Amino acid sequence: MTHNEIHVDSIEVTTVINGHEVLLCIDPSLRLIDVLRDKLELTGTKEGCGEGECGSCAVLMNGLPVNSCLVPAFQIQNCTIETIEIVDPGLLQPLLKSGAAQCGACTPGVVMTGEWIVRNPDVLDNGNIRELMAGNLCRCTGYDGIINGMQDRINQDLPGGIE
Amino acid sequence: MIVLQPRSLHEALQMKDNNHNAIPVAGGTDLFVCWPQKLKSHNCTYLDLGGISDLRNIILNDNHLIVGAGVTFWDIIKSQEIASEYQILRNAAKQVGSIQIQTRGTWAGNIANGSPAADGVAALMACDASVVLESVSGKRIIPLCDYCTGYKTSVAEPNEIIKEIRVPRIPCCFNRFVKVGARNALTITKTGMAVTVVGNTCKVVAISMSPTVCRCPSIENVIQSNVAINTPSDFYQAISDDLNPIDDIRSTARYRRTVFATVLYSIVDEMRQHLTEQC
Repeated sequence: MTHNEIHVDSIEVTTVINGHEVLLCIDPSLRLIDVLRDKLELTGTKEGCGEGECGSCAVLMNGLPVNSCLVPAFQIQNCTIETIEIVDPGLLQPLLKSGAAQCGACTPGVVMTGEWIVRNPDVLDNGNIRELMAGNLCRCTGYDGIINGMQDRINQDLPGGIE
Repeated sequence: MIVLQPRSLHEALQMKDNNHNAIPVAGGTDLFVCWPQKLKSHNCTYLDLGGISDLRNIILNDNHLIVGAGVTFWDIIKSQEIASEYQILRNAAKQVGSIQIQTRGTWAGNIANGSPAADGVAALMACDASVVLESVSGKRIIPLCDYCTGYKTSVAEPNEIIKEIRVPRIPCCFNRFVKVGARNALTITKTGMAVTVVGNTCKVVAISMSPTVCRCPSIENVIQSNVAINTPSDFYQAISDDLNPIDDIRSTARYRRTVFATVLYSIVDEMRQHLTEQC
C-alpha cells in the first residue's frame, strides 16, 4: 500500500469550517453533512431527502452552493466550508419580514444559497433569483416569501438594487 | 472502504492499474445519492479524482474545446467565452439538477455514469464530442456516440479512466436542447433531445428513449431528405426504427414516443424556418 492509500477506519482531513481550521479524524464513508452535524455539532444544517433533491442541506464549499448530503467527507481536504451558523442573523431581517420561513426545515439551505447570490450578484446573469434557488424546495411558503425576501436582502447590499 | 487519493493524473492511472475495481469519484452527485442506505457501496474501493487540479482545465485550442474530467456543469455555465460558442452545452448544463448539483457534477461523470437520462451527454453528442480514455498503457479517443455499449456499460477497460472530453470547434447554425420532466428544475428527463445543424448535417440525440443516450440516424435521414413533415406522426416510423423507450417509474413508453414526436416536430419546424431565413 502506498502512502496515498487510506484504509477503512479513519482518514485525516484538514479543512476550514466557518473560518476555523479543523483537523478531523473521520470514517471515510461519511458525507459532509454527517461531519457537520455529528462530529462538529453544527446542527443548523438539516438533512431532508438525502438524495440531492431538496437543498435543505445546502452549504457553501469554496464559496459555491453544494448539497452536503452528496459530498464525500474525504473530498473536503483543504476546502473552505460555510454553514448557516456563520450568517449574521441581523442580515436576515428581510427574509423574516417577508415570511420566507415557516416550518424552517428548508431555511438553512435557502439562506446559504441566498448568501451565494448576495456575494456574487453577477450570477444573476445566469438566471433570476427564482431560477437560481430552484434547488431549494419549500413545502410551506409557496416561494413568494422567499423570493421577495431574497430580493430585499440583495437590495440591502447593492445600493442600485436589482431589477 | 478504501479511498485512493492520487495527487496527479500519472498517480491516478497507476492506482487504477493496480485496482481495477476502484470506482472513480469526481463530484459524487450520482454515487452519493441515498448513500447511507447503500451499505454494499461502503465496502468498495474509490479513486478520488477531486485532488487532481490538471483535470479541472478547460482549454479552447484551434480545433477543440477540451473539457477536463473534473470540469463541472457550472464551470461551463459561468464561462462566457464557452457559453457563447457552445450554447447547447450551456442550455443543457443549466437544466441538470439544480445549482447545487451543477457546482459538483462533472461532464465526464455524466458520461461515466452511463445513464440513459444524461442531459450533458446528449448535448455533447450533438456537438460530435469524443472521450479521451487513458491508462498506464496510453490513451485512446472514442467518439462519444460509441462510448456506451448498453445500459450503464461502456467500452472503457478496467484500467482506464476518462481524462477529458474533446468537442470540435465547428460552429452550429442551429441548436436546440429540450428536456421534458415533471418540473423545470431538479428533475430527471422523461424524454428529451439535443439537435444541432452544421452545414447540411443534422444531428438528433435522444434522451431517456433507449438503454443509452443515442444518435437517431433514421430521424436524421427524414429531416435531411426534405420530405414534407406535416404532423408529428410523420416521425413515428423513424422513431420506432431508432428508439426503444420503456415504461418505468418516471413515464410510459407511449407518453415518451408521443411527446418526443411532438417536440421533434416543433424543433424541425423552427429549424427549417431558421435556416430559410438565414439563406
